[in-house]
Amino acid sequence: MRENRRREQGWVKVSGADAIVEFDSVGLRYGTGAEVLRDLDFKLVRGGFTYLTGTSGAGKTSLLKLLYLAQRPTRGRIRLFGEELSHAPRAAMPAFRRRIGVVFQDFRLVRHLSAFDNVALPLRIAGRAESEIAVSVRELLDWVGLADRSAAHPPTLSGGEQQRVAIARAVVGHPELLVADEPTGNVDADMAKRLLHLFERLNELGTTVLVATHDLSLIAATRGAQLMRLEKGELVDPTGMLRHPPSPARATG
Amino acid sequence: MRPFVPPLADRRLLPQGGTRLTPWLIGVLMFVAVLVGAAGLAIANAASTVARGAEQRWSIQLPGGARQSAAVAAAARQAPGVAAVQIVPDDQVRSLLQQWLGPEAASADLPVPGLIDVELRPGASGNDLRRQVAAVAPEARIQSFSEQLGPMLRGLRTLQGLTFALLLLMAAAIAAAVMLATRGAFDTHRSTVAVLHGIGATDEQLAALFQHRMAREALVGGSAGALLALALVLLLLAGLDSGTAVAAGGPPLRPLDLLILGALPFATGLLALLVARVTVLGALRADP
Repeated sequence: MRENRRREQGWVKVSGADAIVEFDSVGLRYGTGAEVLRDLDFKLVRGGFTYLTGTSGAGKTSLLKLLYLAQRPTRGRIRLFGEELSHAPRAAMPAFRRRIGVVFQDFRLVRHLSAFDNVALPLRIAGRAESEIAVSVRELLDWVGLADRSAAHPPTLSGGEQQRVAIARAVVGHPELLVADEPTGNVDADMAKRLLHLFERLNELGTTVLVATHDLSLIAATRGAQLMRLEKGELVDPTGMLRHPPSPARATG
Repeated sequence: MRPFVPPLADRRLLPQGGTRLTPWLIGVLMFVAVLVGAAGLAIANAASTVARGAEQRWSIQLPGGARQSAAVAAAARQAPGVAAVQIVPDDQVRSLLQQWLGPEAASADLPVPGLIDVELRPGASGNDLRRQVAAVAPEARIQSFSEQLGPMLRGLRTLQGLTFALLLLMAAAIAAAVMLATRGAFDTHRSTVAVLHGIGATDEQLAALFQHRMAREALVGGSAGALLALALVLLLLAGLDSGTAVAAGGPPLRPLDLLILGALPFATGLLALLVARVTVLGALRADP
């Protein structure tokens, strides 16, 4: 009876096969320093929308680095898209990275490339046709309100504009997993709402979204989102919900 | 089978500019390399001309003097593979000896050996000549010019080896210059590389960005240096009179040699491409 009610609400425990990301006793340390992440056990459900919160220095960015494959864990196992990555060769990493969109906190735009070319980068790396690239990039730039700034270079763009270019670049390849580090940190409330709507649209189309943010209003505004909280390198999971998360409401219809 | 690697190198993903020192450096190294290469090839040509001529020329020395010369010369003419036989006149032998013995060599009291020059056809062996002469004059000494010129030929070959070793050294210097330039460029563009890497660029795609640039710079600098050096070489060749060329058995450098020297910038471009590729792939190996 209770299970039925949870199912109606979209709260159904998922198996490993439904998880797009699985962390199993993952730890991370830089060099010989202390562990910045300890014993991380969680799953991200395919098609889910998750927020990651925590105080500064809690390890959010380190966790995101593990997710977008900029770091390898010093212990534990990570499965991504159903495949074990702990012993995957370096040569296999680019193919995984192309399935992940990343919005960096510091944007990381290529300064000497135009906004158009920055957004086009993932598609060009993937070897898409220029005609296809032009359509996709224009559509995305229009969506983030930068259609008239496509020829502008990052140094001539405001912080908010750069952030929108970074977001457009992260989503232009329709990634299966979108990882965003404070994506609304430099935009006004209206633009934040638009960007959140863009993330929700992508999520509805099947992209799994993980957003690291301090913005509680953003979390409150997203229906059915999961919440992960990091404290001093450890995940706070008193109910065990992160280890066995429910299926997302929107993903199950 | 290699996976398809989309070309990114033509996308100007790395900004143009920088110190532009590499083409100059490679240009200077290439200038020297072409001159050294030209010298090496000229020495190789001279050595092979001398060796070719010496293998066919033989000398018969008759310790008993010129008395037997006519009979031995007649026997030598009968040997298979002999193209020409010429008795060296006694006064010519004495005038040769005067260079070492002074005016006393002209004295009729001084016994001088009889000398006969023999020229074999190309590919002919000296053994038949030895047998034929030994039958008439067992005490005769038969010697190939290549035995007499052995030390000089060895000297030429050593010099030739030295020039090619110098060429290898120049190639190593160019490789080192390209490696340092690639490392510098890689460090300068580390942030761009990190972005491209983070969004799924393969190591090969990233290496291609640098290797194409380095190959281009090496080709431009190398071509300029090689053109200058070749102009200098041609000027020197034009300065040689035709008599020198005939005496040397042909021009010091043949058209094929000039073609080889002209191809050096392209070889340098290829070398730069490979070195830059290995350098970048090695640097990327440190990334996850």
